[in-house]
This record gives sequence, C-alpha cells and structure tokens, in this order.
Amino acid sequence: MSASDTLEKPFELGFTYTRSTGPVIGRFLGALKEQRLLAARGSDGRVLVPPPEFDPVTAERLEELVEVSGEGVVLSWCWVHEPRASHPLQEPFAWVMVTLDGADVPMIHCLRAPHAGSVQSGARVRACWAEQPQGRITDLCCFELVEKQV
Amino acid sequence: MSEPVTIMEAPVYLQYHFTAGRASTRFLQRLKEGVLSGQRCPRCSQVYIPPRGSCPACGIATEEEVALSDKGTVQSFTIVHIPIPGNPIKPPYVVANIVADGANISFIHLLGDCENSDVRIGQRVEAVWRPREEWTWAMENILFFRPIDEPDVPVERIGTLPVTGWEG
Repeated sequence: MSASDTLEKPFELGFTYTRSTGPVIGRFLGALKEQRLLAARGSDGRVLVPPPEFDPVTAERLEELVEVSGEGVVLSWCWVHEPRASHPLQEPFAWVMVTLDGADVPMIHCLRAPHAGSVQSGARVRACWAEQPQGRITDLCCFELVEKQV
Repeated sequence: MSEPVTIMEAPVYLQYHFTAGRASTRFLQRLKEGVLSGQRCPRCSQVYIPPRGSCPACGIATEEEVALSDKGTVQSFTIVHIPIPGNPIKPPYVVANIVADGANISFIHLLGDCENSDVRIGQRVEAVWRPREEWTWAMENILFFRPIDEPDVPVERIGTLPVTGWEG
C-alpha cells in the first residue's frame, strides 16, 4: 500500500466546559462589563490584578477589591508575526505584560500596534473595550499604545 | 456596581489531523465493505480489533489479517443514565465491551433492541448494520448490537471463541 492510500482526515475534539467563576473572578468579570478593572490587595499591601482568590504570601482568602486604571506601562512584550486562529487578534500583535496604574504586578494581555518597532518596554498603553460586553476577559479586547503627549 | 459573573463558558477545542496508518486504514477499508477485521500476532496468536499494526504484549509487528464475525459476546457493559451534551442517543442506554467471534479483545459499542435490565455478561449479540449504501470508513456502519438466541458464554470462555462462533 502506498502512503497516499492511507486514510486521513481532520477532526476536532471539543471539551465544552462551563465553569463557575468563584467569588473573586466573578466580581472581576462583572466589573469588566462596566469597563472597570478590579484588583485585590494582598497582605503585603501589593495590588494584584487580575485578583487572585487567595493571598500569594499567606494563602488567606482575599476579599477586598480595589479599582485600578485601564492605563499602564509595558513591562515586557513579545511580537507575534503570524497569529493563530485561537489568538485574540487576527493581525500581527504583541503579547504584553502591562503594569496598570495603581497595580503592583503586571498582567498579561495583547497589544494592538502598527508593527513590532512601535512597541517598547516602558511604553504607555490603554485598554480598548468591546462594544458589547459579555462579562468575559475579552470585554477588554486589547491594549493600544497611548500617543505621547507633545 | 455590576452583578458578579457566576458562570462562564470555557470550551477547549483541539484540532487534529488524523492519519490512520496502515493497520487502521486497512481496518476501516474492510469496515466500509461491511467486514470486521483484526490482526493476529505471529508469536502469541492473539487477534486484535481494531488492529494497530503491532502486538501490545509481544511488541512485534502484526501483518496477518483476520476476518471476524459480526457476532460476539458481551464481556462487560454499563447503563448510561447521564445525558452527554451533543449526543443524540437518549439515556438510559447500554454501552458494552463486545468481543467479536474470532477476536481476543473487545471493542466498545452500543446495545439495542433489548431490555436494559436483561443485559448480562456472556450474552450473545450480533451487529445491526446500517443500509449498505450508507457504509463508510467508520464503526458507525454498525448501528448497535442486539441479543441473539444463543446460550450465554461462561465468563472464562469470553474472548476465546473461534470465528465460527459459539457451539455451546
């Protein structure tokens, strides 16, 4: 039998999970609908976003949430030349670690930018919001570069 | 203040490109012709369905193709009561490990045309095939297995019957 006789076909395996969000992420996602970003205040005073349910130092339950800005600074980034179907943007973009104003740790999200050369660590970025919020992380569609003030 | 989100959909989709390989391709082509087939190990003589091109016990290649019967024996079964999203079959239904006559290992398929409470280990069954014009490269060519009027196979004989079946 030649190799060309071998049967082959694409197929998709789907795990159609529905999951509960829990008390902290549930509030975080709910606030996204209003274009607000909620963070948790840790036992060491650090403001953590997205908010974890438990303190990373003491493992105590975290319940106090504070709002942080939708603007921040790029800590680190990685340019994606060829986005895949599962990526949040279907044009070349950057994965970025953004430290939002008011937060003490960076969060990972995507950055829409004209080209790789336009991104640098230290760049200021702001959140872009979906027109029809659904209470998902994708309500924050991406970040975009803030034009430098002249 | 917005309401918290309590539930979110978080599906995971894995995209595969499946290549059957020689043994599975041959199995599926025979299946399209309405024949269940396996492969016999040249060392231990065990017959495997579906064939994978090697013997998992001896670790050597299997070449010899063996045509099997579409009659078999229930080796094990479970009654499914919980609906699975996207599954058109309505519970409760029976999923069974069936050993085709001539094979030494079971495959999983549905039982039908039976009372669920009557299903038992050792029960004799036969394939109910779809209409010939619908046959393709898939086990779904067989709709399900249904009981036949033959005496049960003792547990110790399950998986050892010749392709000619159960004379007991």
